[in-house]
Amino acid sequence: MSKLAIEAVSRTFAGVHGGPPTRALEPTSLAVEDNDFICILGPSGCGKSTLLRIVAGLDEPTSGRVLLDGAPVGGPGPDRGMVFQSYTLFPWLTVRQNICFGLRERGVPQAEQDRVAAHFVARVGLGGFEGHYPKMLSGGMQQRTALARALANDPKILLLDEPFGALDNQTRALMQELLLGIWEADRKTVLFVTHDIDEAIFMANRVAVMSARPGRIKSDVRIDLPHPRHYTVKTTPEFSAYKARLTEEIRAESIKAATMSL
Amino acid sequence: MKPLKPIGSKAGIALGVAFFLLFFLVWSVVTLGGFVSKTFLADPFTMLESGWRLLTVHGFHKDIGITVWRVVGGFVIAAALGVPLGIAMGAYKPIEAFFEPFVSFARYLPASAFIPLLILWAGIGEMQKLMVIFIGSFFQIVLMVAVTVGATRRDLVEAAYTLGAGNSGVVRRVLLPSSAPDIAETLRLVLGWAWTYVIVAELIGASSGIGHMITDSQALLDTGQIIFGIVVIGVIGLVSDYVFKLWNRRLFPWRLA
Ligand SMILES: Nc1ncnc2c1ncn2[C@@H]1O[C@H](COP(=O)(O)OP(=O)(O)OP(=O)(O)O)[C@@H](O)[C@H]1O
Ligand SMILES: [Mg+2]
Repeated sequence: MSKLAIEAVSRTFAGVHGGPPTRALEPTSLAVEDNDFICILGPSGCGKSTLLRIVAGLDEPTSGRVLLDGAPVGGPGPDRGMVFQSYTLFPWLTVRQNICFGLRERGVPQAEQDRVAAHFVARVGLGGFEGHYPKMLSGGMQQRTALARALANDPKILLLDEPFGALDNQTRALMQELLLGIWEADRKTVLFVTHDIDEAIFMANRVAVMSARPGRIKSDVRIDLPHPRHYTVKTTPEFSAYKARLTEEIRAESIKAATMSL
Repeated sequence: MKPLKPIGSKAGIALGVAFFLLFFLVWSVVTLGGFVSKTFLADPFTMLESGWRLLTVHGFHKDIGITVWRVVGGFVIAAALGVPLGIAMGAYKPIEAFFEPFVSFARYLPASAFIPLLILWAGIGEMQKLMVIFIGSFFQIVLMVAVTVGATRRDLVEAAYTLGAGNSGVVRRVLLPSSAPDIAETLRLVLGWAWTYVIVAELIGASSGIGHMITDSQALLDTGQIIFGIVVIGVIGLVSDYVFKLWNRRLFPWRLA
């Protein structure tokens, strides 16, 4: 049985002011196995966020269903940790308190909370910043905290919606290595949305390419690059071959998306 | 000058004090220079002298105490009832749909227009003063708090749900803390308005209080006392505002960081 099964999930948004409804997602299916690191790659506006939000339970599919460990997903819950595209740390909580948010909600004893927080603060390299408020952190540090906050809950699956999209290239590369390192060590199941081809190949063991809006998964590419992956893998011929192939697939979709919106 | 560039706290205080000095200077020139008749506008020194007499001979401090007590009393009652109702309305849309139209209507009822009616109901005692302040403050607080809570960032609410928070957890741990600074700011604003209501109430019907002293002074043509009364209100307002601001800053350090 798959860890996560997305079964013919579609989503249509009602039209604004009596306008025509927006078909954001065609019926889409995807089976995520335990320990998979799947990147969903697609042009802007193809419904990647919509799909992820449905998996998270923050939005409801117009048709189809999502199963986690065989049980249908009703609403949002701590078994699916989410890192958002925008900065969503609680500004009134310090880094440590943000990381402990879910634990506190579950009534975990304070000592245990402190232990978990210390572990993940070290894990994402934020030692010395535990007492800082989000406003005092750089964008990269905020997303690392958000990652630690999701991981501290020990979710069954980690959902990430272009978490590094707003970061500069160097910071983004470091964050990718950080996340990949955590995945290689802890063997989490990850669903990662991005429009960055390099990012997808570097981290994923499977890349699901989505078509232009209305989106659906048009191909599922297995990435057979050895682990642990070092950033130097980006300069290997294998990497380039994957890149050439995915670029071609994405390009066709981006052109479609661009001409459609003209 | 560079837009939005902050200035040091010392320079800020100096500039603020400078305007007060300028104000007193102009006032002194206009009155002592004989440009305005003494009957209509007392000069600053006469004003201070009248004030001193008010405090030492006529026991004006008791009037100040009474007025402060009325403002604080009416305001605390309005806040104690208005803030929870506002939070409930902001958080739960059916509650908002139930109360919002009426509160919006009631908000435009001028508190001062109720004074004659309230005098009929409650006389000119303390109850009437508290009611004026309550009517003037309560509906404003309710609406402003409801708007603040309702405007909580949706992405923070969603983040809380994905972290395992339930509905009450979202209210307690997201809606409340995220709107707390703006609620405090609302209260600061409304407290300022409460001051105008109490004075109007005291001007119309009262046997004590700053407003009562002002009407008495009008009968005696003592503009020095009137102005002193007005200045006292201003000073109390300034101090309470400052204390409120300081308190808010202390309470919500994450806002400034
Ligand atoms: N709440 C909504 N109401 C109406 N339409 C929506 C809503 N949310 C998304 N859409 C539409 O659904 C489509 C897909 O949106 P979505 O946010 O999933 O795209 P995306 O792939 O995440 O894009 P990006 O890479 O730019 O983030 C878009 O055309 C958008 O206009
Ligand atoms: Mg998106």
